[in-house]
Amino acid sequence: MSGLVVDLVGVGKEYPGDPPTRVLDDVHLEIGVGELVAIVGPSGSGKSTLLNIIGTLDRPTEGSVSIAGHDTSLLSDDELSGLRSRAIGFVFQQFFLLSGMTAVDNVADGLLYTGVPLEDRRAAAVHALEQVGLDHRLGHDPSKLSGGERQRVAIARALVGHPSIVLADEPTGNLDSRSSQAIIDLLHELHDEGASILVITHDRDIAAGLPRQVEVLDGRVEADTVARGASR
Amino acid sequence: MTLAVHLDPPAVADLARSALHPGDLLRVASVGLRTRRLRAALSALGIAIGIAIGIAAMVAVLGISESSRNDLLSSLDRLGTNLLTVRGGEGLGLSGDGALPTSAKPMLSRIGPVDGVSSVTLVDADVRRTDLIPSTRTGGLTVQATDAALLATLRGELADGEWLDDARSELPVTVLGAVTAERLGITDVGNGVAVWVGDRWFSVVGVLEPLELAPDLDRTALIGEGIAQAAFDTTENPGTIYLRADPDQIDAVRSVLPATAAPEAPDTVEVARPTDAIEAKAAASDAFTALFLGLGAVALLVGGVGIANVMVISVLERRSEIGLRRALGATRRHVSIQFLAEALLLSALGGVSGVALGAGVTAAYDLARGWAVVVPVAGVVGGVVAALLIGAVAGLYPATRAARLSPTDALRTV
Repeated sequence: MSGLVVDLVGVGKEYPGDPPTRVLDDVHLEIGVGELVAIVGPSGSGKSTLLNIIGTLDRPTEGSVSIAGHDTSLLSDDELSGLRSRAIGFVFQQFFLLSGMTAVDNVADGLLYTGVPLEDRRAAAVHALEQVGLDHRLGHDPSKLSGGERQRVAIARALVGHPSIVLADEPTGNLDSRSSQAIIDLLHELHDEGASILVITHDRDIAAGLPRQVEVLDGRVEADTVARGASR
Repeated sequence: MTLAVHLDPPAVADLARSALHPGDLLRVASVGLRTRRLRAALSALGIAIGIAIGIAAMVAVLGISESSRNDLLSSLDRLGTNLLTVRGGEGLGLSGDGALPTSAKPMLSRIGPVDGVSSVTLVDADVRRTDLIPSTRTGGLTVQATDAALLATLRGELADGEWLDDARSELPVTVLGAVTAERLGITDVGNGVAVWVGDRWFSVVGVLEPLELAPDLDRTALIGEGIAQAAFDTTENPGTIYLRADPDQIDAVRSVLPATAAPEAPDTVEVARPTDAIEAKAAASDAFTALFLGLGAVALLVGGVGIANVMVISVLERRSEIGLRRALGATRRHVSIQFLAEALLLSALGGVSGVALGAGVTAAYDLARGWAVVVPVAGVVGGVVAALLIGAVAGLYPATRAARLSPTDALRTV
């Protein structure tokens, strides 16, 4: 047991074409259990591709990817779906909440494909919404919530299955500065409670506020700050 | 705030596959219908109308024509399909104008499966309301001599009065066909009504209802054979013989009739089955059913194309939802069955409302025409099944498209 939730070794990604587009090149990245890490870089630097590969939504063209101890190259597409349903939680810039369903049901859908019965999913969803401080918004439709509240619902959905790692893609990109700070504070709280969180952002200020920053430029890791408190 | 985020090292152990409960599938499949209510309602309405019209046409046509067919068949049941008519053709070796030999009637009644034989013979006389009406104005009416068995053999009914029994065969009395009575202005037989037949008065003792199996007799005045022969020198050779045969042996009886009726010239004898015409009418209504079923099938096809169209658009519009579901752990199969199930829900909605509409139209039409209400079970079940089949076929391509969408592409859509 390595104690790593993410272990990338020599990962590269190339999209076919003439000439082929090289998006990632020889990326090495280790993230330990309980870390809060920022991947920072300008748009087009390859950080979204990196997130997709870590989230097992895409496969690398070279190198090995190990998520929560599973070598993804050995897993079929269906097995990767199973891995995502239990080990990985996603938070998106656009929230991707389904309107017409209550906040509880949106969060409960975080467990939809795990085989957990509906009542248990709802109970876990209520608990997760309490965690993010939205216990007064359980029955609300997402369209009736503020941007900050919507992102909290999305974070609750990512957390509801107790995943090995939470991947947050520009989680504050659609929020005003006050709501952004509240979300960052929430991520810190969750980190303090032990969650492993990877935040992707182009915002250097946000990255600077997180314990560890990995800087990506032109598909390469340019800098990786000392992992404070990593590999606990 | 207590957090239940687990602090254990990552579980490398067995990797469980994604799973979706059947009960959840229905919930998920209806998400698209529930979460975009106005748009879903409008597109569902369009589809429902398309399929509803198709099925309504199908059920309505099946139901209506089955009702009218039942009407025809019930009149066949009432009249019996075992009536045969034997007529002399105009040919060599036969006496008179196409008349049959005098032996025909007794010979025919000796055929085993034949029960009930009767005949009519044209009388050389005309029938008029009074002797003051010129003899040229016969109104197309004829006089026929007949026997007591005719009414029972034809299963005819009297509108008024009595039938000619054997006792009245020799008397100057007549029973009028429905058209004859109408033309002569006679509605009932009270007060000793009489008509002028040939050269004398005949009392009207009865008026017939229209004879469905022998409509030509509606235009006659029927008199007894005895008086016909005595007063008008009518031949004893019968003109047309009506007979009833055992329904199971009707074909066998039919084949021996010419030779039995006229052994010397069987090929001049004409044998007919009056109910053939009624059956032909029923067959014609079958042809209409086929035509309208074709129209219904075209409307169903249009409804199916509508479903495919809406589902393709739905897949395009909901790329991010598809991406989200893949990120939440849905497999390609989960995504495809979600969209397939959604197409099936839409088509089932259209199918059920279409069947209800069609059944309503059928029932209303039947009641308006005074027919028995018949909503064909095959049409109802077949309508729903056809709608589901079309929904499945129409949903297949969009569902496959949704499943093929790469999750990263789907999530890139804003």
